Amino acid sequence: MKISVQEADFDVGAEISALRAGNPQIGAVASFIGLVRDLNDGSNVAAMTLEHYPAMTHKALTAIVAESETRWALLGCTVIHRVGALFPTDQIVLVAVASSHRADAFAACEFIMDYLKTQAPFWKKEQTPDGERWVESRNSDEAAAGRWG
Amino acid sequence: MNIKVLYFARLRERFGVSEEVIELPDSMAMVAMLLDVLRARGGEWAQALAAGQNFRVAVNQDMAAMNSPLEADDEVAIFPPVTGG
Repeated sequence: MKISVQEADFDVGAEISALRAGNPQIGAVASFIGLVRDLNDGSNVAAMTLEHYPAMTHKALTAIVAESETRWALLGCTVIHRVGALFPTDQIVLVAVASSHRADAFAACEFIMDYLKTQAPFWKKEQTPDGERWVESRNSDEAAAGRWG
Repeated sequence: MNIKVLYFARLRERFGVSEEVIELPDSMAMVAMLLDVLRARGGEWAQALAAGQNFRVAVNQDMAAMNSPLEADDEVAIFPPVTGG
């Protein structure tokens, strides 16, 4: 697995190429890319800052991917999460999962995102016309993570 | 025993501190008791950490519960629900 927490942007094509390089057992790659939107909770978002808990983020993401590997037959996984200053249309997060067949890749990709949303210590602060504000957690994210049991 | 305590995001801003070392009696070796010590400071501490407030605690970089035990030199982090992704 590849886990990276970084300020720099990432190249989705290059990441997926690297994930599946040289492994003819891989028949499916599912990926998710999270992006900065320009509107959230009714306010225009000019920019956001992603804060994290450096000592814990890598550990938490590794644990989430390891848990997914116990549930599905995976042949590789890449998780990249950016921190620092981000702007609308910027990429925030990439989860890419390789497997022999699509069902495992789709399920593991969704599971990793759902757990990342509720377990990995990142916090978004948005800059809006009314000033800065911390993004509130959503009950729907807790519900999404909870459905995996 | 000494416990290193970290604060993040909104709580770091409300408390005006990002980390500190707190000396706890050995008999208070539990997350809930550390929180009692912090609440006893009153003001923002009492409000933000009151029962029913939505915050999370990690011990040594793993999510923890109120009854999680503490040992000397543990790192405890207190933060709002996470909002990454």
